Amino acid sequence: MIELRNINKTFKVAKRNAGFSEAVKALFKKDYTYIHALRDVSFTIGDGEMVGYIGPNGAGKSSTIKIMSGILTPDSGECVINGRTPWKERVSHVREIGVVFGQRSQLWWDVPVIDSFELIRDIYKVEEGQYKKTLSGLIELLDIGEIVKTPARQLSLGQRMRCEIAASLLHSPKILFLDEPTIGLDAVSKIAVREFIKTINRENKTTVILTTHDMQDIEALTERIILIGRGRILLDGSLSALKSRNSSHKTLRVDYVGEGLPASEQMTVIKDLNGHGEMLIDTDRLSVSEAISYISSRVEIKDLSVVGETIDETVVSLYKEFEI
Amino acid sequence: MKLYFKYMAMLLKSQMQYKASFLMTALGQFLVSFTAFFGVYFMFDRFHSVDGFTFSQILICFSITLMAYSITECFARGFDLFPRLIQSGNLDRILVRPRGEIFQVLTANMEFSRVGRLIQAIWMLVIAVSASEIQWTVDKILTVVMMLIGGVAVFAALFVLYAGISFFTIEGLEFMNIFTNGSLEFGKYPVSIYGEGILKFYTYVIPIALFQYYPFLYLIGRSEDVRLIFLPLLGFLFLILCYLFFRFGLRRYKSTGS
Repeated sequence: MIELRNINKTFKVAKRNAGFSEAVKALFKKDYTYIHALRDVSFTIGDGEMVGYIGPNGAGKSSTIKIMSGILTPDSGECVINGRTPWKERVSHVREIGVVFGQRSQLWWDVPVIDSFELIRDIYKVEEGQYKKTLSGLIELLDIGEIVKTPARQLSLGQRMRCEIAASLLHSPKILFLDEPTIGLDAVSKIAVREFIKTINRENKTTVILTTHDMQDIEALTERIILIGRGRILLDGSLSALKSRNSSHKTLRVDYVGEGLPASEQMTVIKDLNGHGEMLIDTDRLSVSEAISYISSRVEIKDLSVVGETIDETVVSLYKEFEI
Repeated sequence: MKLYFKYMAMLLKSQMQYKASFLMTALGQFLVSFTAFFGVYFMFDRFHSVDGFTFSQILICFSITLMAYSITECFARGFDLFPRLIQSGNLDRILVRPRGEIFQVLTANMEFSRVGRLIQAIWMLVIAVSASEIQWTVDKILTVVMMLIGGVAVFAALFVLYAGISFFTIEGLEFMNIFTNGSLEFGKYPVSIYGEGILKFYTYVIPIALFQYYPFLYLIGRSEDVRLIFLPLLGFLFLILCYLFFRFGLRRYKSTGS
């Protein structure tokens, strides 16, 4: 159970202008600006949930993750995770969580991955029998049996990421924070990582909190999303609710033979050229099937597809709506 | 403690991945201290005594300081490289692991190639001891041990202080080298030879004279005060102060981050 109540966090950032004299001046006197990284952030995540935490760069995603994993102390507000305040009881708290920073490695660079795993086992005091069981499970699920004997520096990004994820699950944490786990991965590795996350969430009831810029991750993984922008929670709800929110318009892509696409009050022609056209339909006033039958009564349809708003577009329009 | 050795084995394995580099660095470390030794040697070839200290006396002082420094560098290197730990974000990684921060910083880096410097220091101490006219009674041996322990404490404290400062500023940390490497350089000779001012500075501000100068006076028989033997232990007071400063910095990091 994760509970955040009115978390606030402000960073003091030194700034100076370019140039040598400015640099010298900055040695003695610095100007600071204050950045409100988080303002009154509150949410609750139940056990075994899988939540996508999204927002543009600098929105406060990483700060929230850092607060929840005990790295940062907020200025004000409460955060209780499994009955503990992360930054107050750091050691006992982090024993129960796993953190994957997509851009940082936790493996020792020059030694075979399996050596890193064994050191992590000792750091977390995982019992030998338990460790063996967890490890063989992870190796099978992530398909890393071949590569764990290779030094981390010689792995490809996709291989390394799979090892990173395994490393953060060796102590069977109850909560897993994934900070951009698919960043820079190719399609095959992405799918493998996603499948794995789904599996552990389903089978071990691990709570997963995922930050990402990859909307396909969100679509493939999470039912619930929390959208943050400029340090505020803008939206907290199911993915389908988010989608339906902005989808009162649909686009019809039509290949046809005939005189030209018919327009009406409820549907406008966006494009019409040499028998290929696109029409925008206001689905509040006209259903898609009505629109299709109307079009087919005027022209002969050869091919037709309905294009909904992609989640990317939904998010961009949300950003616009909230002016972030 | 067991975990400490496991970390150590891990780092040793990592560094052994680059055997040639390891050997070259170790050799380099050895040679660097060697030139310093020659510096002292040639000077005495000309002057015979500095401020009333003979060559063999200076050599003892030098080798003890060098040894304390290289022992510290071997195991407290993590603090020396601490700014990098902050910059690379690996401190975050440390904070999400269920072990003490100090322990993890210590184990983040160990410099085994410093063994070159350590060998040099041991060798020099052996020469110095055999060349000296000191009667090696129990109290004199105890003094040397105390000097070493105190020296490690003070140098470790300087490293911790260095790490603590890097919480506040990464730029301009170089000036701290005046205190770490500078102390090593100054520590080659009994600090009194640099004059009253420097002696006071190194007694009250950065207490290297506590392990290096005062007990040394007892060691070579210039003073009969037995209390001087235990003076180096005050170095731990300095270490505690520096540690508290580091804790303070860490708390501040937790509330700023990046």
